[in-house]
Order: sequence, then structure tokens, then C-alpha cells
Amino acid sequence: MSDTTLPKDPEDAAATAAEAAVPDAATALVAEAAAAQLADREPILQVRNLVKHFPLTQGIIVKRQIGAVKAVDGVSFDLYAGETLGIVGESGCGKSTVAKLLMNLEQVTAGEVFYKGQDITKLSGRALKAVRRNIQMVFQDPYTSLNPRMTVGDIIGEPFDIHPEVAPKGDRRKRVEELLDVVGLNPEYINRYPHQFSGGQRQRIGIARGLALNPEIIICDEPVSALDVSVQAQVINLMEKLQDEFNLSYIFIAHDLSIVRHISDRVGVMYLGKIAEIGSDAEIYEHPTHPYTQALLSAVPVPDPEAREHRERIILSGDVPSPANPPSGCRFRTRCWKAEDRCALEEPLLAIPTRFANVDTPAKHESACHFAEEKDVVGAA
Amino acid sequence: MTVIDDISDVPTPDASLAPLLEVRDLHVEFHTRDGVAKAVNGVNYSVSAGETLAVLGESGSGKSVSAQAVMGILDMPPARIPKGEIFFQGRDMLKMSGEERRKIRGRKIAMIFQDALSSLNPVLSVGYQLGEMYRVHQGLSRKDAKAKAIELMDRVRIPAARERVGDYPHQFSGGMRQRIMIAMALALEPDLIIADEPTTALDVTVQAQVMELLAELQREYNMGLILITHDLGVVADVADKIAVMYAGRIVEDAPVHDIYAKPAHPYTKGLLQSIPRLDQKGQELYAIKGLPPNLTRIPSGCAFNPRCPMAQDICRTDVPPLHPVGTARGSACHFWKETLGE
Ligand SMILES: Nc1ncnc2c1ncn2[C@@H]1O[C@H](COP(=O)(O)OP(=O)(O)OP(=O)(O)O)[C@@H](O)[C@H]1O
Ligand SMILES: Nc1ncnc2c1ncn2[C@@H]1O[C@H](COP(=O)(O)OP(=O)(O)OP(=O)(O)O)[C@@H](O)[C@H]1O
Ligand code: SF4
Ligand code: SF4
Ligand SMILES: [Mg+2]
Ligand SMILES: [Mg+2]
Repeated sequence: MSDTTLPKDPEDAAATAAEAAVPDAATALVAEAAAAQLADREPILQVRNLVKHFPLTQGIIVKRQIGAVKAVDGVSFDLYAGETLGIVGESGCGKSTVAKLLMNLEQVTAGEVFYKGQDITKLSGRALKAVRRNIQMVFQDPYTSLNPRMTVGDIIGEPFDIHPEVAPKGDRRKRVEELLDVVGLNPEYINRYPHQFSGGQRQRIGIARGLALNPEIIICDEPVSALDVSVQAQVINLMEKLQDEFNLSYIFIAHDLSIVRHISDRVGVMYLGKIAEIGSDAEIYEHPTHPYTQALLSAVPVPDPEAREHRERIILSGDVPSPANPPSGCRFRTRCWKAEDRCALEEPLLAIPTRFANVDTPAKHESACHFAEEKDVVGAA
Repeated sequence: MTVIDDISDVPTPDASLAPLLEVRDLHVEFHTRDGVAKAVNGVNYSVSAGETLAVLGESGSGKSVSAQAVMGILDMPPARIPKGEIFFQGRDMLKMSGEERRKIRGRKIAMIFQDALSSLNPVLSVGYQLGEMYRVHQGLSRKDAKAKAIELMDRVRIPAARERVGDYPHQFSGGMRQRIMIAMALALEPDLIIADEPTTALDVTVQAQVMELLAELQREYNMGLILITHDLGVVADVADKIAVMYAGRIVEDAPVHDIYAKPAHPYTKGLLQSIPRLDQKGQELYAIKGLPPNLTRIPSGCAFNPRCPMAQDICRTDVPPLHPVGTARGSACHFWKETLGE
């Protein structure tokens, strides 16, 4: 790779190199140290009680609001510098809406998003523009998210029109070529059009565009879902490499649980507009305490035919209820095999369950269930 | 599965012993403006009653086209079948009249498509579409057909089937629509079901419901099932044997346990290695380099050679035949022994 002008923190680069050189036995220690470090750090993004309701209207001439799709209904989490937070959950649970709210592409109904302590949902004009530079997005669909009439050079360079300070006019072509090189595409392709690239290559173009403004945070909404298995691995490797190189923070939205586990430091599980459970990757995948997480993990097909006879699979009955009319109390109760009367009356809050509060166990992480407990499930690899 | 290299010494099929379906040396090509796209280049597979064959491969490898050829629903032109045989219950369907094939379709071989919404008619109620199968094929009255439709909807666990029989496809969730597609495929109790990515568009929890239902009904009716998928997890869960496709050919076929334990083709091996594993956390994932080939310009020799870590000179010149590996497997790789041995 050529030397690029993307900012590199020399200390960070050295640290990454050192980490990479550590032999296997010591990696666990390093990971522990990193986790300890994480605990002391200030989050780069703090999301608090985020709500997005889409109004449901009736009538053609006079529109009356008859209700609302509660797409996101009180979501809170933190994101730390250099980490990856995975977000998983079934179709329609509100993942993309969260992403759009963080990007300020949708107006929040309520809630706050603090970027380095500043609530970006209240910003406008120049202040918003300045923040936006630091939070970028990579979209799901490499086939439709790129404008077919623009050259790759124009697509990747477009953010510079809004933020000319990052790359003065004369420098642009060089910057775009560098970005192409960073994501492993031939810089000579600068004048080609999106249809001349494969899906994996198009996703690289989307990533190059996301990197253009040297952001700190990249929100990736299903970045590899449309790609073939062999190409997925190429893109994931690229994303991890770029993260180390530029100390990026990722919010990684996906429905493939094994990929999320591979790339994430922490994982949040969403159900019907809320976070059901959140914790480190090991806490969520090996010690889930929320029944929905347990069902989700048990449903993932494991690529090992020897496992199929000894797996307990939780088959959920019924479908996800409509977000326009979510169940009272716990939103999962209509499909939960553990539901009791209390679940319909009282909403379980996302918190460390009291029963685990004073014990040292990986089950001690936030879970929104009145009866949170561990259950042995063979999860996604 | 028998590996057929030389068609001439294949015994004449005996209806009781022969597989339900046997595809031999099937070729399908498309005549396009860019040239001839060789979508299927010599596919062999077979499936018996009660058995599940998974056809695994990346996008564009020819999985759907070969299934459509079996089903007899390819548009010809642009498609052409220059070569091949498709034996169903001992008879070559490619030699049958259009009328004979139509009788098999739906009644004996049924297909489930990936996208249920686009394969159901949006302006007809689900009950009418299910009932149509009985009215057209079995001459049932409207009333009896409706009763059958409700029975089927119950069978695939659509709640409140009696109340919902008049609902339209868009009023059902994705998972329900896929179950209705299954109901439709099952209506005439076929001997063979071809399911083309039946759960790819569904969430994992719904996928689990649908796959369990399919497996249960297969057991009950002792049907043969061809499951087309690119999901190595789904395959491991349900298949008895696998045929791996690459650039229009079966590059490896084997019983499911053998392939996961010890792949005999570098492509299969690469696919299995690229699944993220627990112990690889924080490490680079194995990635097959490069991209699948353009079908109008398939590389000479082994089609996988530009991406293969084991390629030698011979791979660029000689097409590897499907070598028998033990008794029930085959690998189309010159170096299958080395691949197995590592
Ligand atoms: N602009 C909109 N107007 C009305 N409803 C909307 C709008 N955008 C999203 N929704 C609804 O909000 C809910 C959450 O949608 P969202 O796209 O965030 O889900 P998701 O978790 O990203 O799902 P998927 O996995 O299918 O991408 C859905 O019920 C959706 O129909
Ligand atoms: N009508 C057609 N005209 C020209 N080419 C076609 C036509 N139908 C299919 N093909 C080509 O045949 C090849 C095989 O397609 P097929 O649909 O069988 O792939 P597949 O393995 O099912 O892939 P996927 O996983 O994406 O469904 C593709 O390259 C496709 O472009
Ligand atoms: S609160 Fe009740 S319904 Fe909700 S997940 Fe827990 S047990 Fe199930
Ligand atoms: S024949 Fe050669 S190129 Fe093809 S898979 Fe085997 S080793 Fe690789
Ligand atoms: Mg989405
Ligand atoms: Mg297909």
C-alpha cells in the first residue's frame, strides 16, 4: 500500500504492530489489558433513549394520524474509540433506523446522541456539518447504493464537495487514487462506472467513500450481506485492517451472527425497537441470559454436520408483532416460552439483572428480562 | 452417489433400485450478445426417495439454471440444452413430449422458489391459489378445493387457517408466505421437491421454523429433496449428501459428513475455511482470492485455477475429470489426493 495522507497516530500504529507480534499464549493477556483500558475510556458516542416513531396516517386530502410505527423505542448504548459494536436482530427490529438516526439522516422523535459530549441531534448548520465529517456510513446494497451515472472517482470524491477543506481542488484526484489503493482497488479504475465492478468491488468503493473524510466512526449497515461467502471474507479482512490502521470505531449491523461475532468487541441484540441484551461478544454468545438471544443463537445453523444430532434448538412460535402495536410489558412475551403474568404488566428494563449484580460471572451484563438466566445453547460459531 | 464418467456402461435403470432423479452430463448454455454463456457444463447428480441432496455454490455457479432444466421451466431460447440426460423414475425427461413433461410438473416434481412474494399471484387470494392445484389437477369442486386449501394451510401451521384462507399474499409475513409456497408444492404430494434457496430471504428464527417443517413433511411423505443453497450452515443441518458447484460444474460430491470433515477439492476447502471460527477471533479470515469467472470466458483447464492455491501447470491446460474418491464421493481436481491429505 502506498503511503497515504490519512491520519495515522504513530503510537497507535506501533501498538498494533506490537500486538500483532505477541505470540499466541500472551494474546489473552493483551485482550484483558485492552478490556481494562476500555473501561476507563470515555465513549466517543453515547446514545441515550433514542426514539423514532413514524406516523401512520389515514385519509388522502386531510391526513389524520392514526398511530405510529415505533421503529426505535428507547435505545441506549455507548461506543468507544477503536472498538466495534455489533448490532443484530431480525428484519424490521429497527437496526437501519438506528443507523440513520446516528447519521442524522432521520430526525429523532426523542433522545440524545452525544458525540464527544455534544448532543448532535440538536445541532444544525455549520456545527452539524463539522460533526458529520467524523461519522460516515457504508450501506448494505453494493448494487443500488452507488449512483450508476457517476464514475468511481466522482463517487469517492463527492464528500469533498461538501468538505473542501479535507482535500483542496488540486489534490482531489490524488486523494481518490490513494483511497482506491487503500481498499485494494486498482487506482487506474478511477474513471470506470459502478456496473463495471463486481459486488465485492462495489462494496470496497462504498468503503473508500466512507473513508474519504477521515472519519472516526463508520456505521456499517449490512456491509457484506449481499456478497458471496468467499468475497465476504475479503471485505471483512479489509475492514479490520483499516480499523487498526486508522483507529476507527465501527457500528456493525448485520444478521449473520457468526460474522458479527468475528468482528465485534461488544454486541447488542435488538427486538422490536429495543435492545434486549448487550455485552461483550463472549458474554452474548456464550452466556446469553435473554430468552430472545438464546432462541436467536440456537436457530443459527452450525456448519458442522456432527453437531446436528446433539443440538437443542429453540423454535419460536409465531411471528414478530407489528411495531405499530407492540405488546404491553415485555415486547418479546408473545413468543417467549418463559412468559408469566408479570411480563405483560411490567416492562423489563435493560440493566444488569439483580441476581447477578454481586456475583462475578459472565452472565453479569445488561439484559432486559424479568427472569434473566443462563441457558445452555449451542450458539453461532 | 455413483460417479458417472462413462455413460455407456451404466446399467439400464431398474425402477425399484434406481434413484428417483438422476442428472447426467447436463449442459445448458445461453446465447447472449456477449457470446455464449456456458451456465451449466456437465452436471451429474442423483437423489433417491427420502434423501436430501444439497446443491451448494456461489452466485452464478449454475444452481438455479440446472434446477430449472430439471423442472423443465427454462426459456428456450435463449437457453439451450446441447447435451445431457435427466432421468426421472427411470425415464429421460428430455426425450418426453411437452404434454408428458407437464404431467410430471407439479404432480411428481414440485419447486419452491426463493422469493415467495413474486411467485404468488398478488391479486388472487392464497386460498384460491392453493385450491387451484386441486381444481386443475384433480377436478375437485370449488368447495372441496377450498376445504383442501384450509387443510394444507393448517398443515404448514398458518394460524387461523379457516379465517385467513381468503387473505391475499401481501397480508402474510415473509415466513408465512414461504410456508404457503411449501403448501403449494406439497399439494399434489409430489415424489420430488426442488427448493431453490427457500429460506435465504428469511430471518434465522423463521428459517429454522421453515426448514424444520420441510424436513418433517419430507420424512412423512418420503420425498426426495434437492435443496439449493449457498449457506454452509443450512447444508450441515439437513443434507444427506452435497454437490458443490463452481462455474457450472459439480466440482465435488460427497456424503455430508465426509465433506465437512475432509474436503477433497480446494474450492470446497476454501469455502469451509472462510467461515469465521471462534478460535480465529481477531485474526484475518481465510479468503479465497479473486472473483468467480465470467461464464462467457471460463478459464481453460480447471475453471478454478486462477483462484486456486494449489494450481500447477496441468490445471491451466487439462480439465480435471470427476475422480472417484473412495466409493461414494467424487472430486474434480487433479490433486484431490493432496487436498485430502493435508
Ligand atoms: N420511513 C419510514 N416510514 C414508516 N415506517 C418505516 C420507515 N422506515 C422504517 N420503517 C419501519 O420501521 C421498522 C424498522 O425498520 P428498519 O429498516 O430500521 O429495520 P431493520 O432492523 O433495519 O430491518 P432489516 O433487517 O430488514 O433491514 C420497520 O417496521 C419498518 O417498516
Ligand atoms: N436467461 C438468461 N440469459 C443469460 N444468462 C443467464 C440467464 N439465466 C441465467 N443466466 C446465467 O447463468 C448463470 C447461472 O445462473 P444461476 O441462476 O443458475 O446461478 P445460481 O447458481 O442460481 O446463482 P444465485 O446463487 O445467484 O441464485 C449466471 O451467470 C446467469 O447470469
Ligand atoms: S420478561 Fe418475560 S416475556 Fe420478556 S423475555 Fe423475560 S421471561 Fe420472556
Ligand atoms: S485441478 Fe488444479 S486448479 Fe483445479 S482445483 Fe485442483 S489443484 Fe486447483
Ligand atoms: Mg435494515
Ligand atoms: Mg439461484
